[in-house]
Amino acid sequence: MTKASLATKSRLTLKSCLLAAVALTGAVISGAAEAKTLKWGAAREIASLDPYSYGDTFTLSVLNHVYEGLVRYTGDLKIEPALAESWETVSPTVWRFKLRQGVKFHNGNPFTADDVVASLERVTHADSPLKGNLPAYKSSKTIDDFTVEIEVNGPYPLLLNDLTNIFVFDKEWLVANNSLLPTDSGKGVKGYATDNANGTGPFIVESRRADSKTVYVKNPNWWDKPQHNIDTIEFLPIASASTRVAALLSGEIDFTNVAPLQDLPRLSASPDVKVLQTNELRTVIFAFNLGDKLFESDVKDKNPLKDIRVREALYRAIDIDAVQKRAMRGLSRNTGALIAPAIPGYEPSQDVRLPFDLDGAKKLLTAAGYPAGFNFQMNCQSDGLVNEEEFCQAVAAMWSRAGFKPNLSLAPRSQQTPKRVKGEFDVISFGWANEPMIDAYSILIQVMRSKSGSGGVFNWGNWGDPRIDALIDKAGVELDTGKRITMMQEALKIAKTEHLFIPMHQQPMAWAMRSTVAQTVQASDNKPRLWLTTLK
Amino acid sequence: MPAFLLKRLLNAAGVMLAVAFIAFLIFRFVGDPVELMLNEQASQAQRDELRVRLGLDKGFVLQFATFVGNAVRGDFGISYRNQQEVFTLIAERFPATFELVLVATFLSLAIGIPLGVYTAIRRDSLLAKALQFVSVLGVSLPSFALGILFILVFSVTLQWLPAFGRGETVQLGWWSTGLLTASGRKALILPGVTLSLFQITLVMRLVRAEMMETMRTDFIRFARARGLTMRSVHFRHALRNCLMPVITVTGLQIGNLIAFALVTETVFQWPGMGLLFVQAVTFVDIPVMAAYLIVVSFIFVSLNTLVDLTYAWVDPRLREDALSGAANAR
Amino acid sequence: MLAEKIRKPSPIARFLDSDIGWSFRRTPAAWLSALMLVLLILTALLCPLIAPQNPYDLAQIFIDKAEIPPIWAADGEWPFLLGTDPQGRDVLSAILYGTRVSLIIGFAAVLVSMTLGVTIGLVAGFHGGRIDNLLMRLGDTVLSIPTLLMAILVSAIFRELLPPNLREPFAAVVLVVSISLTNWVQYARTVRASTMVERRKEYVLAARIIKVPAIRIMARHILPNTLTPVMVAATLNLGLAILSEATLSFLGVGMPITQPSLGTLIRIGNQYLFSGSWWLVVFPSLQLGLIVLSVNLLGDWLRDALNPKLR
Repeated sequence: MTKASLATKSRLTLKSCLLAAVALTGAVISGAAEAKTLKWGAAREIASLDPYSYGDTFTLSVLNHVYEGLVRYTGDLKIEPALAESWETVSPTVWRFKLRQGVKFHNGNPFTADDVVASLERVTHADSPLKGNLPAYKSSKTIDDFTVEIEVNGPYPLLLNDLTNIFVFDKEWLVANNSLLPTDSGKGVKGYATDNANGTGPFIVESRRADSKTVYVKNPNWWDKPQHNIDTIEFLPIASASTRVAALLSGEIDFTNVAPLQDLPRLSASPDVKVLQTNELRTVIFAFNLGDKLFESDVKDKNPLKDIRVREALYRAIDIDAVQKRAMRGLSRNTGALIAPAIPGYEPSQDVRLPFDLDGAKKLLTAAGYPAGFNFQMNCQSDGLVNEEEFCQAVAAMWSRAGFKPNLSLAPRSQQTPKRVKGEFDVISFGWANEPMIDAYSILIQVMRSKSGSGGVFNWGNWGDPRIDALIDKAGVELDTGKRITMMQEALKIAKTEHLFIPMHQQPMAWAMRSTVAQTVQASDNKPRLWLTTLK
Repeated sequence: MPAFLLKRLLNAAGVMLAVAFIAFLIFRFVGDPVELMLNEQASQAQRDELRVRLGLDKGFVLQFATFVGNAVRGDFGISYRNQQEVFTLIAERFPATFELVLVATFLSLAIGIPLGVYTAIRRDSLLAKALQFVSVLGVSLPSFALGILFILVFSVTLQWLPAFGRGETVQLGWWSTGLLTASGRKALILPGVTLSLFQITLVMRLVRAEMMETMRTDFIRFARARGLTMRSVHFRHALRNCLMPVITVTGLQIGNLIAFALVTETVFQWPGMGLLFVQAVTFVDIPVMAAYLIVVSFIFVSLNTLVDLTYAWVDPRLREDALSGAANAR
Repeated sequence: MLAEKIRKPSPIARFLDSDIGWSFRRTPAAWLSALMLVLLILTALLCPLIAPQNPYDLAQIFIDKAEIPPIWAADGEWPFLLGTDPQGRDVLSAILYGTRVSLIIGFAAVLVSMTLGVTIGLVAGFHGGRIDNLLMRLGDTVLSIPTLLMAILVSAIFRELLPPNLREPFAAVVLVVSISLTNWVQYARTVRASTMVERRKEYVLAARIIKVPAIRIMARHILPNTLTPVMVAATLNLGLAILSEATLSFLGVGMPITQPSLGTLIRIGNQYLFSGSWWLVVFPSLQLGLIVLSVNLLGDWLRDALNPKLR
């Protein structure tokens, strides 16, 4: 313990000396302009500095400032080369990547093919929580110092999409710090990469105090031409929404990627603050427990939700415009489709809702044999989707008026998730962004597919359908984009006509920043890309 | 004296052991640690292996002994939530909480004592009555509501003081302090005042009661009879005489302030131990909860023991009382 | 003598005529706070009759009535006297029902902790020796954990131990248990001290000699003599218990949003602090402050009135 901390300390001093020198030269070059700092008030801390230690989109999006993948998304979500310069398919199952030369890690080590292979092995290791993010991976090998081949299980059209979120580590650094294997908190070992970082990205981790402040400084040796002018990012997690808003209004933070919807009018009204607002890719739906029995109900012997008339009644009972106007503050986009328009697989003809029809809903419920309704448990999270608390309560009220007796359970994600995963619910609110794939295959394979192998990981309520499963499996090996998309559309159509899910809306996302932030890019994946952000 | 010292220390150790037992029960029985640590795809073999490695297959007594042994060495395991050593997490946050408590204690004495003296010697004046009422108001208003109000007025409307966090901190060895920078001191004001309000009323009421008691005693009567000025009687004789209980209560209250700081820390997003604990509770991060319980109780018990021992040292008459179980009575 | 028998004064009249009653009538803070408290309790208990809306009945809540300001503001709307929340729930009704939740939990917690503490104190004081030592060490341990921390831990543990679908319906019970388990020591110590004095008195010795069962001696003879300080402690603790409940709910470990107490309402209102909907946080806070203030004023008066030193 003492030895280790001593070692860390000396390394830290060394590092800060280095950084000081770097900062000095930087200042000289830029003509002694004052250092530009961006204070980023986030809603929560990232899980760890190790991108492979926890499968969490937000953590990955923050760490993308430090680590990079072979490819990356542009500001408008097109795939472009990053650490790989080009690629080709050698055979339907083998991809060859030409790597960028002259790239250096933050500790000065050169970036080579060995690093890529080591990283791929690490992320796909059996203990890795992120192995699901690269489902098709079979093996990889170096051809020369700057060429890598990746072999996949079968023909797989979405490898590049997956690789946008697989970040590359320095093999030498991993070996030196005994971290070649992914950190498994269950092993009782603290991973070195959990607290330390060494990537190739535009920013370097200078210091980190979890839950309080993490400081990132500009990487002066970044391989790409910087489109930002930020010298320092201070990452400040502020869990309480109102504190975050207060901090932004008083100038203690410059930027937040989670601005509460109810505070947007007040924030926009302030002359020093501007709000960026659009709709996310994430589509919010209600999903059902379609097992043999309800989890918590007065109907014990069967599951009324298996009756399509009951599901349609629930659908028709929702006054989506009232939800949109009030609970979502007029900022969400109502949807009849299960995916957002920007996702390949979307079809405008599917984006039509069943109309709000209270009497129709009551009639359907009576026809299904439940004129007096029935109890069921509705599981929503208090810190999950945008305004989830609000829209769940609103929908529960609407269902009550149609004759149902929803028993709403609202609690933090950490308490609700275990119940959801175990299928201990009757109805859940559910959001799916189809990221990082940006393709309908994501929701199809992970959510809608019946559980089998790596498919249907999120099929918590037994809502699989053999017809949909067959289409998904066919699309998974189809390399012709046009055919693939037709198959996916067909699968989505079955889910829609069966009312397997109730589509709600594409949720709004709102960022807010002080006027000191000159320009930034807000893509619909809701990931801040501060390397595309300039300050005044 | 050595016998008393030993007994008192053994007593404290016994209480700490009981606290450790509660912490152990939480750690062991609130949720299965194996289920919490492994992801859902883990195989039965992996589960069994982890169970053996954590020592969960051993007997209950042995497990508890291991837990206590680890706790004494400061090893509380690894946080489920952010995968860091729990001891490091708590040690990193301790200075923030301690400085907040220090400021609150200072404020409570600096404001509470003068107010207490005033309400005691001018007990029938209108201002004293008003202060008395305000002091009841002070213990009746929830501190989180006051904190929210302060943020609304001083941070948002007037923009005088920061709404969250510690501002700039300076690292002195492992200790991070906010007292050495202007922004750090500024950030201390609102949470410090919020945390101290309850304490101010407590000190004020205590000083008032003690003063009124003392003013009735003979030596004050003699002092007045000797023709000393009222000022001298009040401050040199009466106040001095009632400072000892005030200091004692303040010392004992530090433990409570540390615990109560978790509400203030939540409102002001103050990166101290309390905020860590509240977050651990929402995430069911058992090692952090258990460790926080032990650390705070340790501070609490140490302070109590220290106060008792000092008292016994100053006033031998108290030794017997202290032994008869009323040690903690307040 | 005769006149007294004829008039048969009511208990209230008897109370007002006693020493304490005299002090009560003479102290405006006392009777004002008592009046306020009675009013608050009555409105809370009768809330189903008075409240314009049943905030628990989802079918009565219309989201198009969301965030209406109080009636005196420009956009105010009848019958929402204190405005509505983002769900369209009437704030006044939510406060009345929330007060009922807060008061019930507060009273129940005091009752349970008092019963627990008095029983433990009686047993410890009456039997002495090992039992006494054990029980008092238990009390020391409880006191060596700060009350708020203890309450949070106990509620977290109990919630985890309950099956998931019982956690919300039993949230109030969990709160009562966690507040009671932290607050019984004070009663136990008070009762133990006076029991130890009483048990040496001759009437107890006499009762023991004629073999009256211990339980009967404790309940019939000793208990009544220890009740005055217990009542004072109970009154002062009621304020504390209500505040504890509010604090736990504010921290998110208390009452769920589906059956909100005043603390829950403040927590939710806090999220809307900057959106202009100030009424969501201000009115529940005021109500909470008012309740605790009335209880504390009454408790302060009671303590002073029963303290012979201050007469």
